[in-house]
Amino acid sequence: MSRKNKVRNFHQAKWDEPVIFELSNKGERGILFPEIEKEIEMDIGDGISNLPKNMVREQPPNLPELSQMQVLKHYLRLSQQTLGADLNVDIGQGTCTMKYSPKINEKLATSSKFTELHPSQDETTVQGILEIIYKLDLFLREISGLDKFTFQPSGGSQAIYTIASIIHAHHEASGESEKRDEIITTMFSHPSDSAAPIVKGYKIINIYPNEDGLPAVEALEKAVSNRTAGLLITNPEDTGIFNPKIREFTRIVHEVGGVCGYDQANANGILGITRAKEAGFDLCFFNLHKTFSSPHGCGGPAAGALGVTEEFIKYLPTPLVEFDESKYFFNYDVPRSIGKVRAFYGVVPAILKAYSWIMSLGSKGLKEVSEVAVLNNNYLLKKVLELRGANAPYAEGRHRIEQVRYSWDELYRETGVTTEDITCRMVDFGFHMWSSHHPFIVPQPFTLEPTESYSKAEIDEYIAGLKKVVEEAYENPELVKTAPHRSVVHKINTDSLNDPARWAITWRAYLKKSKK
Amino acid sequence: MNKKRNLVHPYIPNSVPEIKKQMLEEIGVKDIDTLYEDIPEDLRFTGEMNLPDPLPSEYALERHVSQLLAKNQTCQENLSFLGGDCWQHYVPAICDEINQRAEFLTAYAGEPYEDHGRFQTLFEYASMMGELLDMDVVNVPTYDWGQAASTSIRMAARITKRTEVLVAESISPDRLLIIRNYCKPIIKIELVKYDKKTGKLDIDDLKAKISSNTAGIYFENPSYLGCIEDQGKIISDIAHTHGALSLIGVDPISLGILIPPSNYGADIVCGDIQGLGMHMQYGGSLAGFIATRDEERFVMEYPSRLFGITTTAVEGEHGFGDVTYDRTSFHDRIEGKEFIGTATALWGITAGVYLALVGPQGIQELGKLIMQKSQYAMKKLSEIEGVSIPFFTSSHFKEFVVDFSTSSKMVKEVNKALLEEGIFGGKDISKEFPELGNCAVYCITEIHTKEDIDRLVHAVDECLKKEEPK
Repeated sequence: MSRKNKVRNFHQAKWDEPVIFELSNKGERGILFPEIEKEIEMDIGDGISNLPKNMVREQPPNLPELSQMQVLKHYLRLSQQTLGADLNVDIGQGTCTMKYSPKINEKLATSSKFTELHPSQDETTVQGILEIIYKLDLFLREISGLDKFTFQPSGGSQAIYTIASIIHAHHEASGESEKRDEIITTMFSHPSDSAAPIVKGYKIINIYPNEDGLPAVEALEKAVSNRTAGLLITNPEDTGIFNPKIREFTRIVHEVGGVCGYDQANANGILGITRAKEAGFDLCFFNLHKTFSSPHGCGGPAAGALGVTEEFIKYLPTPLVEFDESKYFFNYDVPRSIGKVRAFYGVVPAILKAYSWIMSLGSKGLKEVSEVAVLNNNYLLKKVLELRGANAPYAEGRHRIEQVRYSWDELYRETGVTTEDITCRMVDFGFHMWSSHHPFIVPQPFTLEPTESYSKAEIDEYIAGLKKVVEEAYENPELVKTAPHRSVVHKINTDSLNDPARWAITWRAYLKKSKK
Repeated sequence: MNKKRNLVHPYIPNSVPEIKKQMLEEIGVKDIDTLYEDIPEDLRFTGEMNLPDPLPSEYALERHVSQLLAKNQTCQENLSFLGGDCWQHYVPAICDEINQRAEFLTAYAGEPYEDHGRFQTLFEYASMMGELLDMDVVNVPTYDWGQAASTSIRMAARITKRTEVLVAESISPDRLLIIRNYCKPIIKIELVKYDKKTGKLDIDDLKAKISSNTAGIYFENPSYLGCIEDQGKIISDIAHTHGALSLIGVDPISLGILIPPSNYGADIVCGDIQGLGMHMQYGGSLAGFIATRDEERFVMEYPSRLFGITTTAVEGEHGFGDVTYDRTSFHDRIEGKEFIGTATALWGITAGVYLALVGPQGIQELGKLIMQKSQYAMKKLSEIEGVSIPFFTSSHFKEFVVDFSTSSKMVKEVNKALLEEGIFGGKDISKEFPELGNCAVYCITEIHTKEDIDRLVHAVDECLKKEEPK
């Protein structure tokens, strides 16, 4: 690509790589284990004969048989067929906060001084990692204004479930848990803000956006009652519009005795700018794999760091990590604890990486992260709105925080090309472009989030990609509709994935069903 | 960064002042603050976050964090016999190589085209787990075993339309806490006793407690106490007779030598894959699997992503995609099954690499090795005066209970003495299972040599011999 020609003549790696079972050769070995010591064998025997007969596996599992380099090669090829954030201008996966995950943090987190720690070790042997966990708690207290964090939830959705559990415990303490059976949220909050409380037994009141794209205070006033258990709300929502009335929301919910939880999974535009505390929240959570740079790992491991005000510390899952001025220790004495939501202490590698990331940036650096993320987003917004057929519903003429949910509806009506078609065509230029998850209120949606990690030149390149695909949509829609053409594979047939007679979630199921 | 206002941080390219200026001009605003116009003044944080002075130089950062980590003492530097929901197995180099590949490490949620590799590796992971478990459906992994067990129970409740679940008392206490919180207040959990002599489920107690309200019976094999449950078929039959499901947690690394739960009546199987190629990471590398038969009534109740194989527009090409995505809360926040979000995909990919390396012979050899070594350790420890092995007549896998009740020392004291010798003794369960007395759970895997075990036995013996003034 010359710097003048902004769109790459891209082609993704295409190895035509078989499924691993197709590569199996009987007898090959990928790794060997130590031989059993002769003395043990003489003393104990084969270790199997004295098992209850009905428990012995006679036939070994039908795993593939490959030599070591062949396993490596297979997975390296598949890695090349995966478009990580380290390779592309990853601003097309809006809401996901795809940013740079610094390699130094990976290096630190793969040190044996960390990886070889067992979670049940004596506290005296893990003072280093406990200090990191405790200090990250202190940092997030500063960032949110709240009073204590737990890192046990291993993702944003699990953090939301934990919040729902704490809300339940809180009302249970006053004997009101049965009466208060409603959680209020908004349609542009993350789907889990509805889905997780439902698992806890709550009925959900979803507030739809008004013409400004915001949940209206009047709608909230109508929704609250003595049945209100709490509020779970994202801000800014997936639209990237900040809800300026957020403190009204917490006030109204508090007035009826509800608890307020702030979904700050993506807080990338507001670090050091505005906090849960000033907005009146009792609880909030941050996704360490979004705002705080821990890598996304194809969908985890992740961490939902959950913070609470003083009043709610007593409900947190155990143990809490604390410091007595001489040593770090676990506190299991949490009087009304909800128990546990995950084994041990959470996804500790994500904690370590977030700690390291914050230490690199400091207070001013974090604010700079947010300001530049917002700058990038508004620059991108300006450019996207110049594209034929694209628009940004709601809040016309206003600026947005860290992301925008756009719409290709006009383009679709003029050309018949859908968001999905464009997504597939963007792939041909080495880009992601994500539509959205539920709700599908914005027609032909797409959501972009250019975090602080991308240079202006990269954002321009992404825009050039969109522009190119828009031109194609108007001039040669078939080209877009039949995409991808230069990716790993061509358009997949999705019908069989929804048909019980044909879906195949494992290779063995595939073999059985394809024989028929 | 404190004093030098214009420091351009390596993670933030557009903090270069000239570029910032250009972009602001393009947007048509005079400063970045204008972009925050929707955040009212009274919501603005005007103070400064009280964070330590930053270490923007990579060298200083590396030095700082390494110094913190240096305060830890690891299971590599010491000799550890800790198990109980997190295990020290050997991690093949290729597992680390693959999960550190930037492509996998930093991908997230792309489409089945540009992220074809992500879909294929996770499909292959599920496929290999399916072989190990002898089941046709395995999910993209969830947070941990606790979540997998909790969701298995929720699935059983939805399938049977019942709201009571029986759980074997020999379960990991932490996992029970997770299950209780995940089920509360919808599903009632009742515990079924274990036989104090064998460590296996008390069948009479099960029969007394099961009813037409029971959605399922959940037990683990091997149990938290290490015992192999050989009454699986009997338990599953009792469940099925009452219209309940058989829900079984299993250590997948045992399945080279032990028959999979599907062969003794399991309807839903779950467990943790941490042992399959993940370093312990202080408990941060757990990941839960759920497996079932390929029946619509099971498949449609998974909250997880399920990746399936399909065809493409080009003859002979394998494509992959989401199976019945409409089940999930990504598709419908109200009607979706439980909830879905970011969980532990990278560990699923890694476990796939592990199973591909180990193969059918390796998984058998590994199981045998663990059986032999753990039996040797049990035998040698049982010979020490003051030590006994409860459930000695039952078979064990990897873990077993060691009872110090007849010695003059508490587990805590034994472990303190061992620590001084550079040995991490077994997990103290005297509070978790007070009825067993003064006990610890010891874990032996393929990484322990005869010499390691002998060293442990010697150190325990020495410790118990030593008379300490009370």
